[in-house]
Amino acid sequence: MATVSLRNLHKRYESGFHAVRGISLEIAEGEFLVLVGPSGCGKSTTLRMVAGLEEVSEGEIRIGDRLVNEVAPGDRDIAMVFQNYALYPHLTVRDNMAFGLRMRGMPRGEIDRRVGEAAAALSIEPLLARRPRELSGGQRQRVALGRAIVREPAVFLFDEPLSNLDAKLRVQMRAELARLHRSLDTTVIYVTHDQVEAMTLGDRIVLMNQGVIQQADTPLSIYRRPANRFVASFIGSPTMNFFTGRIEATEFAITGSPVRVPLSPELASLPSGPAVLGVRPEDLCVVAADAPGHQPLATVPVDVVEQTGYETLAHFLLAGEDHVVRLPADVQAQSGDCLPLAIRPGGLHLFTLDAAGDRLA
Amino acid sequence: MKEPLRITLLRHAVLLLFTAIAIYPVLNVISISLRPGDRLRSTDLAIIPADWTLTSYVRLFTEQPFLRWLANSLVVSAGVTVTGVALASTAGYAFSRFRFTGRKATMLAILTTQMFPATMLLLPLYVLIAAVGLVNTWLGLMVFYTATALPFCVWQMKGFYDTIPPALEEAARIDGCNRFQAFWHVVLPLATPGLVITALFSFMTAWSEYIVAAQVMQDERMFTLPLGIKGFQASLSSQWGLYAAASILVSIPVVCVFLAFSRYLVNGLTVGAVKE
Repeated sequence: MATVSLRNLHKRYESGFHAVRGISLEIAEGEFLVLVGPSGCGKSTTLRMVAGLEEVSEGEIRIGDRLVNEVAPGDRDIAMVFQNYALYPHLTVRDNMAFGLRMRGMPRGEIDRRVGEAAAALSIEPLLARRPRELSGGQRQRVALGRAIVREPAVFLFDEPLSNLDAKLRVQMRAELARLHRSLDTTVIYVTHDQVEAMTLGDRIVLMNQGVIQQADTPLSIYRRPANRFVASFIGSPTMNFFTGRIEATEFAITGSPVRVPLSPELASLPSGPAVLGVRPEDLCVVAADAPGHQPLATVPVDVVEQTGYETLAHFLLAGEDHVVRLPADVQAQSGDCLPLAIRPGGLHLFTLDAAGDRLA
Repeated sequence: MKEPLRITLLRHAVLLLFTAIAIYPVLNVISISLRPGDRLRSTDLAIIPADWTLTSYVRLFTEQPFLRWLANSLVVSAGVTVTGVALASTAGYAFSRFRFTGRKATMLAILTTQMFPATMLLLPLYVLIAAVGLVNTWLGLMVFYTATALPFCVWQMKGFYDTIPPALEEAARIDGCNRFQAFWHVVLPLATPGLVITALFSFMTAWSEYIVAAQVMQDERMFTLPLGIKGFQASLSSQWGLYAAASILVSIPVVCVFLAFSRYLVNGLTVGAVKE
């Protein structure tokens, strides 16, 4: 178990591509940190720099107190699980798991003990004599995990380890990873583009875009108080609804529509001017037109309805743009119906209109 | 879907025809080697003639320096094979994995050497070998053969390494290997089929070559098998019995090498390594 410290980290490729642009992070001992973001955001590059598989163009990486910029991957006291498993195909499962220990000259008895323990923890004991080609995708992923566990490293690095599994297996392995982290209590840096993995596994989420950290916070804080429009749109599915308009005293006027959204006292103190209003699909609700104290803001015609069995997603057009409201599964809505919508208290997010889209309050 | 009988019969007929074409010369040579008195032609259709004899084989070992030639060929071929595999496996790896200035130009230059027939290279290479005093030596012939076999082998190995996922080496490096250990413990075992092809190609280049050997080796004691065997053929009286018997014996090591290596010539060694 060790801390990991990234200070003003840059990665520039020879092609001129600037993949990571000065990120700084302090990762605590035993913390499960998730790097999340869209493809090409620099999250995998960051992880590979921590692993020592990519050279650092500028900045510092410290594992514990040790500066590791120039330390070989094998000497960094890390273990990594790759997206594509990267198992040695010519070796049996047992030898795959033992390989790293043998390279370090560990006594045979100790190797056998560690491999046995890890295999038992991952329920792969019956597979030890097989080769990777004889295993299913889920089994291969377990072996890759086992290979990392036996090393008993100070830091685990995971590079999208579940992205090649089918949906059912992914859910199962996700729970297993959480359990594993609890029992091993090792520092973890986990890269994913899947926001559900990020939300469910991470003690802290670092959301990256174009090589820059957009927000680093606990999953719920990121969900409830996104730092900017990018974060707000990336976390949450379906994505947050955005309405362009103006803050006008205590109301937000949506451009191209007569709808005026009353602002809470906290938001009403913002200066008047153009802004973007964000509302999560679950913060919109259907209210009866005559319900006291819950005046519908607008009555919108339903465009498309998606039913998943546990919820109903109703798409509607407002000011010419597609928006979505999440409704309980028992709400019967059909295309063409008119829904009287209101916004739950505390469900408003205001962002600047410029490209940065920073949170206003 | 079951194939119509007509197609099956046709396919087998074609295969039989080609098998016969391939086997006929070998059977003919065996037959000649067993005939007494250097009879090249015969009206007899039997593969093993009625008056068959092993005299030609016995004479090869008792009256001719056949064993000496065999030793020369084995030394040179083994040297070329070992050198070829060592150089091609490392050079191919460098071309596959490293991006360095002049990489493409060097690869193209290596490929270009393949455009010149060996006979064209004969004179310049001979001049070089003569200049360093390697005429009539095993080493001279080895240098010659390695130089001609290597370009194909390097390209071949490079192509093979390209199919091995780099993630495996990264995993090995995280497991504590340095670059060479990752190459040795992970990449090379997976490149076995490529190494076998390289070894076979290098071996064959040296084993059956005549023209170059005829220039480099001038002392009969240094002759390789093709050179020695060619000596049985003269303008007035060719010793066809010896010629045929030696030809059969020469092909035995090649068959053995192929049989020994063929089990490594399998594809799909990297199956299961990474999720495609």
